[in-house]
Amino acid sequence: MDFHDRHLLRLRVNGEDHSLSDLDPRVTLLDLLRERLHLTGTKKGCNFGECGACTVHLDGRRVNACMILAVSAEGREVTTIEGLADGDALHPVQQAFIDHDGFQCGFCTPGQVMSAAALIEEGHTGSDAEIREWMSGNLCRCSAYPQIVEAVRAAAGRASQ
Amino acid sequence: MTPFVYARADSLGETIAAGAAPDSAFLAGGTELLNWLRLGIAGPARIIDISRLDGLDQIEALPGGGLRIGALTHLNDVAQHELVMRDYPVLSQAILNAASPQLRNLATIGGNLLQKTRCAYFRAEEQLPCNKRRLGSGCSALHGINDNHAIFGWTEDCIATQPSDPAVALAALDAVIVTAHRSGGRRIPAAEFHLLPDTRPEADNVLQQGELITAIELPAPAPRSAYLKVRERESYEYAIVSAAAVLEMDGRTIRRAGLALGSVALRPWRLSAAEERLAGADVGDREALSTAIEQSFAEARPLLQNAYKIELAKTAALRAIERAARMPS
Repeated sequence: MDFHDRHLLRLRVNGEDHSLSDLDPRVTLLDLLRERLHLTGTKKGCNFGECGACTVHLDGRRVNACMILAVSAEGREVTTIEGLADGDALHPVQQAFIDHDGFQCGFCTPGQVMSAAALIEEGHTGSDAEIREWMSGNLCRCSAYPQIVEAVRAAAGRASQ
Repeated sequence: MTPFVYARADSLGETIAAGAAPDSAFLAGGTELLNWLRLGIAGPARIIDISRLDGLDQIEALPGGGLRIGALTHLNDVAQHELVMRDYPVLSQAILNAASPQLRNLATIGGNLLQKTRCAYFRAEEQLPCNKRRLGSGCSALHGINDNHAIFGWTEDCIATQPSDPAVALAALDAVIVTAHRSGGRRIPAAEFHLLPDTRPEADNVLQQGELITAIELPAPAPRSAYLKVRERESYEYAIVSAAAVLEMDGRTIRRAGLALGSVALRPWRLSAAEERLAGADVGDREALSTAIEQSFAEARPLLQNAYKIELAKTAALRAIERAARMPS
C-alpha cells in the first residue's frame, strides 16, 4: 500500500474541475474549500460534526465537510452554497429562506439551505414534524427554526398546514 | 492533529495486511476518527482509507433467512433499506434516532460500533484524569458529574457508557459481527463485542490491531421489534437511556423476548433474567412485564447523581416491549 504525507487531489466543485497538489492529508474538505478554493460560504462552526454549518453535497448527498479528510474525496463531486443557484436565479430553497425570513445572523444559513435542498430531494417533507426531524442536524443559535420549517415547507411546494 | 501518512485501500487483503502494523488506523465514514484525531484520543501514524473497498456496502438476504449488511453501508442506507424496515424495525428505528441526517450519510454501520464513550472527561480538550485516556490516571467522573453515566457493570476505574444506538438493537437481535484479520476472521456475538471496564478499562471492544469488521449478520426476521430512545432533546442527542425489544409472539403471549438497554453500561446491556421471565407472559399484563423486567435490575448500582436512570431504564424497557408488540408481524 502506498502511503504518502502529501497528495494530489482531483475534485469537481460546483461543476469546475480542480487539481490540488501538495495536500496534507490532515486537511479537511471544509478547510480545503475555505482556505484553498476560497469558497467561504461553507461555514466552520463547531468543527466536530455537531452544528451542521459546514453542510455540503458530496456526490449529491448532504454531509458535514468538517468530518471528511479532503484527500478521501478524490474524484468526487462537491456542491457548496456557491454552486446552488443557477446564475442569478436563486435555488427555490434560497428564495424560500428570504421569503419566510428563515435566518437572523445568517451564519448557519448556508448549511441550513444545503441541508434543506437535499432533504427535499430525499422526500422527507411529509409533515412539519418530519421536516424538523430531518433538519435536526443543523443548529440555529438565533433560533429561527419556525421560519426555517416554513421555508422548507414552501420550497417543497407544500401548502401551509 | 499529529501528522500521519495516508493511503487508499483497493483490496481487503492489502487492508488487513497493512492494518496489522501498530499505529495504523482504518478510516471509513470518519465521523468518529476525525474527532479522535482533533482531541488527541488517537494519533495513528498511518491511516488506511477503506471507504472504497469493493463489496462491503451491500445488503443481501442470507440463504437460511436473515440478512447480511456490509460493514461499509452508510447508516441512512441501512435504516431505509426495504428489508431492514420490514423485517428489523428495531434496527431501522435505532439508526434513525442516531446522530443527524448528514452524519448518517457518512457514518457506516461497522464504524458506528467502534464509537467511544461520550463521557465529557474522556472527550475533554484539556486532558483530565481518565483511565480510558491514560490508564492509571483515575476517573474524574466517579466523584464528578456523573448524572448520565453507567448503572450497570461499572468499576471505580471507569463509569462511562457506550453511546451507540444501533449496537443496542444488534444486541437485542442476537446479531453477529463478522471480522477479517491477518490471522483469520471471526464471528462475534453483538452483545459480547464491547468490553466492560473490569478487565482492561482502556479498551472499548474485543477487536485486535488490524482486525476489520466486514459485515453484520442478522438472524431470522424480527418484525415485532422496536427501539425507544429517551433523551433531553427530541432529536439529534445521545440517549439518557434507550431500550431495544425483539419479540416472538403467539397471539398476545410472548413466546420469546430479546431485550437490551443502551447508555446504561459500557456495552449494550442484555436483560437476560427479564427475558426468561417474559416467556409466556401476556403482553397486555403490565404488572407481569414489570415484574419480569425487575429481575434484571437486582444488579443495578447507581452512582451519586444517576439513580433516576434506574427507574427510567425500567420504564423504557417496558415501553419498548409494548411498542414492539404493536408492530405488524
